[in-house]
Amino acid sequence: MTRLLNGQEKAIGPPLWLLAELTYRCPLQCPYCSNPLDFAQSKDELSTEQWVSVLRQGRAMGAAQLGFSGGEPLVRQDLAELIAEARHLGYYSNLITSGIGLTDAKVNDFRVAGLDHIQVSFQASDPELNNAVAGSRKAFEQKLAMARAVKEAGYPMVLNFVIHRHNIHQMNDIISLCDRLGADYVELATCQYYGWAFKNREGLMPSAGQLEVAEREVNVYRQRLADSGSAMKLIFVTPDYYEERPKGCMNGWGSLFLTVAPDGTALPCHSARLLPIEFPNTRESTLKSIWYDSPGFNHYRGDSWMPEPCRSCDEKGKDFGGCRCQAYLLTGNADNADPVCDKSPHHDRVLAARRAADHATAGLKDLTYRNANNSRLFFRS
Amino acid sequence: MMLDQVPALRPGFRFQWEPVQNAHVLLYPEGMVKLNDSASAILAELDGTRTVEQVVARLEQQFPEAGPLKEDVCEFLADALGKHWILLQ
Repeated sequence: MTRLLNGQEKAIGPPLWLLAELTYRCPLQCPYCSNPLDFAQSKDELSTEQWVSVLRQGRAMGAAQLGFSGGEPLVRQDLAELIAEARHLGYYSNLITSGIGLTDAKVNDFRVAGLDHIQVSFQASDPELNNAVAGSRKAFEQKLAMARAVKEAGYPMVLNFVIHRHNIHQMNDIISLCDRLGADYVELATCQYYGWAFKNREGLMPSAGQLEVAEREVNVYRQRLADSGSAMKLIFVTPDYYEERPKGCMNGWGSLFLTVAPDGTALPCHSARLLPIEFPNTRESTLKSIWYDSPGFNHYRGDSWMPEPCRSCDEKGKDFGGCRCQAYLLTGNADNADPVCDKSPHHDRVLAARRAADHATAGLKDLTYRNANNSRLFFRS
Repeated sequence: MMLDQVPALRPGFRFQWEPVQNAHVLLYPEGMVKLNDSASAILAELDGTRTVEQVVARLEQQFPEAGPLKEDVCEFLADALGKHWILLQ
């Protein structure tokens, strides 16, 4: 199914990736959580039947990759039911979890239900730092046990570490831990600054020097793995703030990715909720009309919305002007070029953040942790 | 690669037809590759019991007009092995 955008000869492709954020509830309190700051205001989660309807509509439109995420998706009691439905529909389903609330029995039940992959996130390579960042005393041991259970049940193993100034020195230990656990993929995702991470940016952002050391360590380890014939793949994500050109965010607005938030709000990416744009809800509209016809999803499609310097830039077809959320957070106007770009008139704000990272002194205790009490402070009036 | 080895998709990889894309795809953790016709024809023959030699023979039977296929199939499988899409037993 293709439709023309504003009469332009550019077809809107199908949403091949569907991210189902089942809940904002989570037992952990990571200070870089990508959920909205005011998540505690959103209590009305979609029912099982409503999620099943979203999954069916998405699959019919062509979605093949499905992420179950949150919050912590394990707190949903109907997760096994949703997994079974996803498998029945032909999705490749990914469970993105902290591992908290997982048990050996659930790992196996989900396998039987047809789950394809479980990604377990860690906060650090040692229990002390891990548990301090997660705001939970027993998190690390539980994560280790669940990573082993995932492996044992025959799933491909993807381990995810969010990297920031307080754990970036652990690169060797982290990779070595993943190697011992038998990971297939390791995502070393340096923090991107949205949601809680934007709020805590000064306390999380590594310095250029820290980043350089980390990248070197990853490259050396990667070579060692290649030499030994290991299939473990290291994916190191450089933070946007240290790039000179923006990423082609989400492969373009409303181009491949469709996120459905816990309350049914449909979003072009999981951060877009922070933008001053009205997004449709799956309770009120079909997924098809949301994707192809809603003002929210059409807002930044194509390039006719772009101001300078993007409008006349020969790279606009590659990076789509970068990330709308980053433009909004850093300049107050989501139409602007992503300030990560050194052609942006606001690039100095990114440079200032880098300078601040060179002199940052905040410790873990100075961060604002992601929990309901802190969230209530951010309610919009 | 030996002709008597058995190629199979790596655990966690799934090969399937996607009507909306009008193509076969390979799905894996948080990833998807859209396959061309020849890659699809080869991957469709990997059932975890057939040897490379048997896969070649079956493809030559399906596509008699294509001539000998051993070289093409081995080249694709070597590439797929390098990308860690498949395993050889």
